[in-house]
Amino acid sequence: MLHIPCPYCGPRDETEFHYGAGANIFYPDPAIATDEEWSKFVFIRENPKGWHAERWVHSAGCRRWFNVWRNTITHEFGPTYKPFTEQPKRPV
Amino acid sequence: MSNVTFKFDGVDYVGQAGDSLATALLKNGVLHFTDSTYRDRPRGVMSLWIDEPNALVNIDSGAGEPMVQATTVEITDGLVARSLSGIGDLPDTRDLSRYDRAYRYADVLVVGAGLAGLAEAKKYADQGKIVIIMDDKPEVGGHAQQCGEIIPAELLAALTRENVTHLQRTTVIGTYDQGYAVAVERRTDHVNSKVSTDVARIRTWHVRAEHTVLATGAFQRPLVFENNDRPGIMLSHAAATYVERGVTKFKTAVVVTVDNQGYVDAIRLHKSGIRVLAIVDVRKKLSKASKKSARKPAEKLGIRIIKGATALDTNGTLDGILSSVVISDPKSGLKETIATDLLAISGGWTPTVHLATYIGIKPTWSKKRAAFIVRSKVKSISTVGMLAGDFEEYEPAVFFGPELDDTQALVAYVDHQRDATLRDLRRAVGAGMISIEHVKRYTAIGTAHDQGKTSGTLTMGLIGNLVGLAPDEIGSLTFRPPYIAVPFAALAGRERGLHTEPIRTTSMHSWHVAAGAPMEDVGQWKRPWFFPKPGEDLHAAVLRECRAARNGVAVMDASTLGKIDIQGKDAGAFLDQVYTNMFSTLKVGMSRYGLMCGVDGMVFDDGVTTRLGENHWLMTTTTGGAAKVMDWLEEWLQTEWPHLEVFCTSVTEQIATVAIVGPKSRELLALLSPGLDVSKEGFAFMENKYADVAGIPARIARISFSGELAYEINVSAWYGLELWLKVMELGAPLGVTPYGTESLHVLRAEKGFVIVGQETDGTQTPDDLGMDWIISKKKDFIGKRSFSRADTSRPDRHQLVGLLPETSEFVIPEGSYFAEVQHKGATPPIPHIGYVTSSYFSGELNRSFAMALVHNGRARIGERVAIGNETAVITEPIFVDKENVRRDG
Repeated sequence: MLHIPCPYCGPRDETEFHYGAGANIFYPDPAIATDEEWSKFVFIRENPKGWHAERWVHSAGCRRWFNVWRNTITHEFGPTYKPFTEQPKRPV
Repeated sequence: MSNVTFKFDGVDYVGQAGDSLATALLKNGVLHFTDSTYRDRPRGVMSLWIDEPNALVNIDSGAGEPMVQATTVEITDGLVARSLSGIGDLPDTRDLSRYDRAYRYADVLVVGAGLAGLAEAKKYADQGKIVIIMDDKPEVGGHAQQCGEIIPAELLAALTRENVTHLQRTTVIGTYDQGYAVAVERRTDHVNSKVSTDVARIRTWHVRAEHTVLATGAFQRPLVFENNDRPGIMLSHAAATYVERGVTKFKTAVVVTVDNQGYVDAIRLHKSGIRVLAIVDVRKKLSKASKKSARKPAEKLGIRIIKGATALDTNGTLDGILSSVVISDPKSGLKETIATDLLAISGGWTPTVHLATYIGIKPTWSKKRAAFIVRSKVKSISTVGMLAGDFEEYEPAVFFGPELDDTQALVAYVDHQRDATLRDLRRAVGAGMISIEHVKRYTAIGTAHDQGKTSGTLTMGLIGNLVGLAPDEIGSLTFRPPYIAVPFAALAGRERGLHTEPIRTTSMHSWHVAAGAPMEDVGQWKRPWFFPKPGEDLHAAVLRECRAARNGVAVMDASTLGKIDIQGKDAGAFLDQVYTNMFSTLKVGMSRYGLMCGVDGMVFDDGVTTRLGENHWLMTTTTGGAAKVMDWLEEWLQTEWPHLEVFCTSVTEQIATVAIVGPKSRELLALLSPGLDVSKEGFAFMENKYADVAGIPARIARISFSGELAYEINVSAWYGLELWLKVMELGAPLGVTPYGTESLHVLRAEKGFVIVGQETDGTQTPDDLGMDWIISKKKDFIGKRSFSRADTSRPDRHQLVGLLPETSEFVIPEGSYFAEVQHKGATPPIPHIGYVTSSYFSGELNRSFAMALVHNGRARIGERVAIGNETAVITEPIFVDKENVRRDG
């Protein structure tokens, strides 16, 4: 079970969280998005091997969303960052 | 040592407290434990512990266990066990034992309390760390303890420190990310043979550790030769230990070895009074050190040493018990049969790599040690002792068994429990398989109760021999948790029976139960399904309940609907984004039905939302969708529109709701709330009023989910039952009738109202449901852009329609697929055009009816379809009161 660093509450067990797929996915303006741009937003997500910036919500805790770097091979967590803040550099 | 009486296969035995069942039976002279699963070969004990492939037993005393190894069962007074030929029986009585669970944090978790693990535990304890050390055996000390060595006192002293938690009989069954480990601690079976209802029989530990030390040790490996499975053939380490513990059945022994361990055990046997007839060593030459430490001491004791030879075959008594071993050296032509009652095998060590592989650490092949070992490069995990290869001084030869031709290999067992032989391996390789993953599935090797603890490395080595590759070129050993078989009850802990899942009940629940209503599970909620009168079945009760709702007055507990209190100056604008229709223009005090879509444009949830004040709203959701909707709202507010000032609070359980439904509901409301203007003009459809109802402060909403005149009375949940009782009391002269979820479904379906989750499965747009009227043209909302995607805007999607079976009593089973009418009675495969989402018998219509999703359905209205041998006509999905006249009473 992952030990996820909630930036508000501290590290907690995975069972307290819900996963929200990739972070920093731009919500296109529906009025001007082409079919391709829109379908990319709705359906297409990255699935990298290695570091991945993703969203989690601490559903059974503070109920707040945050972003965090996670290594999909080792499951190591990198820095977390709050929505609408600058993304920290990809860990190495 | 005190005596203990126990029963095995119906025979009473006496053993010594502290002995395993295997030890106790061997002491009693029992060699033949069981017959093998597939080939009825007589089998005896081969090993000391959890790697045992043969001696499976069923425990019938206490809580019972369907399949355990006799080597791991500690005998107690009254223990009843019986031998198993591979397949166990679950006890047919309920297990009344207690099970529980503990959660712990540790700086360091040490797995294994052999010398290596103990040294690590002491090291970290000395540093002041919080240490947990777990070991699966009854006693501390690992191999050293089994060999009767003295464990250094300072290591044992460290275990009693305040910062150290030390648990024996505790098996770590899984290791996971970030230092998470799960273990099961057996706490009562070794104390007595009774069901333990006061003390937890098994405690499941969940540990999160900053650092994990794996000191899991190693199991000894057997060798593969002809007839290598007879009772009397044991791993040398096990044989020596059993004899040291007082097993007197054996008089002579032959030790066949590939390493120095064989010498160590031969000397142990000799010292315990066994005549060691020979040590058969596959190695001709030894290093100086080994000669000095292993061979010389054996020679000094006068033990004959046969160099460069191995066991080729064995002979048995009429009962199949070992009587002699055939020794062979093909190079020198030596072939000799030695009569003996014990054959001790030392085939090298196999480190217990399981826990390391669970977390993705790959074992590496060490030729020098003839073993897969693990040296962790992960910072938070260290591997020590035999697991890390700390046994190179044994100098094993890479040897798994003599060369055998095909006729011999027939009874040369690789996996005893699966009765899989060298010949099976040859067949697998002959069929083109090399990868261990393929061979495993073809031969079933490693898939039995012992999960290949003795056969894994053997298999890889033997395949390697057959194809000329090293064992690590065949693949790597990958294991999955749990490390041992674990009773489900141990994992469930106290979450059994009523505690399996939280049960949510409304404030009126006790009344429903007393009225004899069977309950339906809706998510975690218990909702009354129907309220049968004496002698009524579901069908009769539902007909009566629906008749009351359509012609008189009926009452329902609607408290389970999800409720979210939404406040803030931007709440209206936010709801406009969340719902497909407009909410910001709604007048204070009015309610509106709304539909939500995902970004993909598919219907996600629905419900009625009420504007309680300028900046204050109360949203209702489906009963099962409340949590999901709450998460959805928060997600958009936090991650897309943080500039909106909106606050959401779940109030589902704070509000109790009683719906009164039917043409006489107005009359009932007037009785309940005498001062209230209940007239058609004074209390409009979708209007809300605050008033005392039977003396309880309430918000009354004129909302209908049946098409009839209806009101929902909302009160604080504390008053729910009181309100219900008043409704029943004052409504009695009007014939007020309680109804449950079944009638609710029939009533709404007659009216063509969808239920999200029943008519939808996440692939329906509002238009598919015929609800394009709810899609606002004036504003954007979540998912709107998806309606113009090519697939979503197809005119021939599956659309919601009605179905009227042509046999009017035939209720089509929900979920049925159906075809065009020309396929009536045809044998599949036939192309289907749709499926039934809801189907009931309607008292109002005096016939059956259904709702269905049909390909290009709206264009097919009037067409006939075939459901097996039955037929139905496609109609509009609305069956009662198409003109909406009933809702005003």
